[in-house]
Amino acid sequence: MSQPSFPGSAEAASAASADSPNDLTVEDDTRTVDIPRHRSGGRGPVAPMGGGGALPTRRRFGPESVFRWLTTGSGVVVLVIIVAIAVFLIAKAVPAIRADKANFLTHFQWFPDDEVPKFGIASLAIGTIYSSAIALVISVPVALGIALCLSHYAHKRLASGLGYLIDLLAAVPSIVFGLWGRDYLYLPVEQFSGWLHKYFGWIPLFGSDGPYGKSILLGALVLAIMVLPIVTSLSREVFRQTPPMNEEAALALGATKWEVVRLAVLPYSRPGLIAAVMLGLGRALGETIALALVLGGGFGVGIDIIHDGGNTIAANIANGFGEATDIGRGALIASGLVLFAITLVVNVIARAIVYRRREFLGSAV
Amino acid sequence: MSMTTLTNSPQAPLTTSLQTRRLPLWSLISIGVGAAVVAYLVFKIGGLLDAGWVLTIVGAVLIFLIVLAVVSTVVEGGRSARNRVATSLIYSAFILALLPLVSVVVTLVNKGKTRLDGTFFNNSMRNITAFDSGGGAYHAIVGTLEQVGIATVITVPLGILAAVYIVEYGRGRLANSIRFFVDVMTGIPSIVAGLFILAFWVLIVSPHFSPTDKPFYSGFAAALALCVLMLPTVTRSTEEMLRLVPGALREGSYALGIPKWRTIARIVLPTALPGIVTGIMLAIARAAGETAPVLLVAGGTPDRNFNPFQGNQESLSVYIYEQASLASKYGPPRAWTAALTLVALVLALTVVAKLLSRRTKLNQK
Amino acid sequence: MKLQRHGILAGLALTATFALAACGSDNNTASSPSTPTGGSSASASTISCATGTLNAQGSTAQQNAINQWVKDYQTQCSGANIVYQGTGSGAGQQAFISGTADFAGSDSALTAADQPKANNRCKTGPAIHLPMAVGPIAVVYNVQGVSNLQLKPATLAKIFSGKITTWNDAAIKADNPGATLPSTKILTLHRSDSSGTSDNFTNYLSTVDPTDWTFGHDKTWKGPGGDAEKGSDGIAAQLGKTDGAIGYVEWSYAQADSLNTAKIGNAAGQFQDLTAASAGVTIASAQTTGTGDDMQMKIDYNTTAQGAYPIVLVTYEIVCEQGNSSTALPLLKGFLGYTSSSAAQQSVTQLGYAPLPETVRTKVAATVAKLS
Repeated sequence: MSQPSFPGSAEAASAASADSPNDLTVEDDTRTVDIPRHRSGGRGPVAPMGGGGALPTRRRFGPESVFRWLTTGSGVVVLVIIVAIAVFLIAKAVPAIRADKANFLTHFQWFPDDEVPKFGIASLAIGTIYSSAIALVISVPVALGIALCLSHYAHKRLASGLGYLIDLLAAVPSIVFGLWGRDYLYLPVEQFSGWLHKYFGWIPLFGSDGPYGKSILLGALVLAIMVLPIVTSLSREVFRQTPPMNEEAALALGATKWEVVRLAVLPYSRPGLIAAVMLGLGRALGETIALALVLGGGFGVGIDIIHDGGNTIAANIANGFGEATDIGRGALIASGLVLFAITLVVNVIARAIVYRRREFLGSAV
Repeated sequence: MSMTTLTNSPQAPLTTSLQTRRLPLWSLISIGVGAAVVAYLVFKIGGLLDAGWVLTIVGAVLIFLIVLAVVSTVVEGGRSARNRVATSLIYSAFILALLPLVSVVVTLVNKGKTRLDGTFFNNSMRNITAFDSGGGAYHAIVGTLEQVGIATVITVPLGILAAVYIVEYGRGRLANSIRFFVDVMTGIPSIVAGLFILAFWVLIVSPHFSPTDKPFYSGFAAALALCVLMLPTVTRSTEEMLRLVPGALREGSYALGIPKWRTIARIVLPTALPGIVTGIMLAIARAAGETAPVLLVAGGTPDRNFNPFQGNQESLSVYIYEQASLASKYGPPRAWTAALTLVALVLALTVVAKLLSRRTKLNQK
Repeated sequence: MKLQRHGILAGLALTATFALAACGSDNNTASSPSTPTGGSSASASTISCATGTLNAQGSTAQQNAINQWVKDYQTQCSGANIVYQGTGSGAGQQAFISGTADFAGSDSALTAADQPKANNRCKTGPAIHLPMAVGPIAVVYNVQGVSNLQLKPATLAKIFSGKITTWNDAAIKADNPGATLPSTKILTLHRSDSSGTSDNFTNYLSTVDPTDWTFGHDKTWKGPGGDAEKGSDGIAAQLGKTDGAIGYVEWSYAQADSLNTAKIGNAAGQFQDLTAASAGVTIASAQTTGTGDDMQMKIDYNTTAQGAYPIVLVTYEIVCEQGNSSTALPLLKGFLGYTSSSAAQQSVTQLGYAPLPETVRTKVAATVAKLS
């Protein structure tokens, strides 16, 4: 979840008129031009100006350098943590993968605690990606609708209030969604699955004749609800960055509101939207406890989404960790490593898109 | 395309006077009512597709959209029709998204209020068997507060200093990569953070602190895992805020001969403080709701344990997970009340954070 | 200026935390009376108090019994702090081997591969199995309109191996003459976690009907189809809300959730209801194996004794015979000494357990007394 990226920017942005991107260049100025100028206080040679002798000279162990090293150290901690995660996970995963009597990447079952440990990531990885993909298919159109509603359709005041509500949805802990999905959403989904099968059973997605309920569908719905606020907030910010000139030009040509959105807003926002969806995907892939509560488990793989079952890497870790033996624990850590790698790739791609289009997106994402 | 609609329109000459015929409000309302009635007759009374209430409402919306599209095309022309349909879809996406929020809140309050009593907040689960009705979440609340408190104490200085490095000192490749990986780190799944602390702290470091040389769970380990999750959030939001501090403030300070570190500590940080606090509170809110990492490294216990450095500790979210999957009929009500408590805590933090963010004088984009 | 305001805020939060810490209580005996069925409080004479903290985890099969015993013990001894986490037998063994648990609750004996590791953990003495709680496994079901289900072992095996898929199947009808059975689909529930209960249940199935149940026995469920649930809690909870479901849980979970339990056909040709007495008949026929103080029990699922309920599991506590940490030892001996007393064994019969046979119990009690 990347909520932090816009602390309170929702209200402020709605309060401030959608300004021209010129602001961004100003902001960039402070970054690229100011800082070098200030560096004289830090390391570089101080240009002698006037009574330079009265200025404090740079000391090797003065508060300035201590502070500087403190901040640098704190920054490096971030890199250290990322590397340490990879190192420790690999260190614990390798012995287990060595002990694996099946192919870790292609085997479908997960029985690391047997006398002859056999386990593979295949069904878990497929389940993780499949449920996240379905969740995105459900939530992205809705999220884009809401984001457009907040940025271009609803009245400013109303939009800020409603945006607030969506942000609150993001604040609800995932365990609560899991509990709600299991105790409340379960029944409607079970009935809905039966209905889907009865009338649309010819579609392979709904081919199963039961049992229904704790299925990929339920998991994907819960995930969709959890991903919704993230994709909404990000894409709302992206939509807001559209230059007003472009919109006004379209309006001046007689475009309807929808045409403004379609011709001016959407094309301009596309890279930002892709990033928003990728970040939502990252969240969905890593979601643990809600899916541990609502999915049926097991290691079957199929295109069917209404049959009981379904499992993801993260849910399998949460459910299986307590019971794991030495090898089992290593196996789960190995699966965590795979999850780490997948989410890392997704996030890096998303961030790379954001960084490349920074001039468009500014501080939005 | 507009040409064809013009020729299709029965009132083509009117458009020459820069006016098109618009659908009056009453016609929209009557289409809506008509769609509802037809859907009710066809689906609910007629029993098409075994429909219940949900399908009836969905059907009504679909009929409304189709009729609206047809009527609007005939009266106003195709472009306007598309505009109307898009607008309706965008607003219905919004309503659709509010449904789960409302449902979660209603379910939470309904199910949560059954155990909302003094016993719940004043008792732990010590000596409560599956056949006992009482018990509470006192120990879990204490655990959550301690773990999140420790995590905050560790993360806040680290996160702020890292952000200071990125904005004020950082140059070149190191700063860029730190900045990039802070963003990437926000996407690390919480379960991976839990696995990391388990592999690193619980299994490798903790035996050195144990009198028996055995690894042990603790609330502090949970706090460390929460740190991994909070650090990028705090850093990212602080970074955003620092960037908003006008360069003129810094320059003014330098002009008075104040060293850079004092400028940052006395001018830049206080200016950005409200925004920074907002980011911190959002990070705390997120950490308070995390389940998976705490489950892996704090262990959970029915007893209260004030000492976060020694022995298993409970947290509210783990308590929910445990009670929700308890076979005892007294378990789920406890889980729901705990969920209500947790959501109240998290939402209070979020709301305070959002209110604080309005106090900032910095012009956020 | 603003700093002060935040300081005040933080101060308020801190004060609130301390206030909360001050008024909470860990003592539930006064405020929450247990149900009259649960735990007649043990007389002080059978409990020898010790102080300290004991960490244990493992089998969910004995969790309800352990919780009751812990409650009895902690109520008597204020300085004792015993934590038992129902994480599953596999996890319990693992935690014991790695040293995070002082003793492990387990439904199955350590494997040949794990026994040496457990012995290593104990340094000076071997790890031994002490039978402590006897829990019959109940076959529980939730079928609308059916309240008196009877199942032959072969029918049970066919249901769990997916060969029977609806409740009005001829085989089930044959077992239940006169009952009206719906055409509801059968949903079998099994454990998703590694569990001694699964091991015992599948062991039973493969012993009584190896032709229909071809999946052997294992702590992880290897049968086809059905719905996997975490823990006996999970099975009981899911069963309660699914029409047409059938599953297996320890009897105590069936009791705690008031679930329907099926009568099971035994080798004597009777359909036997699950009671403490009928489970006791099977246990009486069990044999004790193991060397020295290590006691493992072998249940005869095909016992032909009259009135026997055949699916019974014995759960062990795995402890170090020697080499326990000096901090945990007094409490370990005190607590296990209480659980192996006849008062403690009797106190959990109402929770869905059967007492250990007296000869076994006295031997366990003697072994506990000389742990070091």
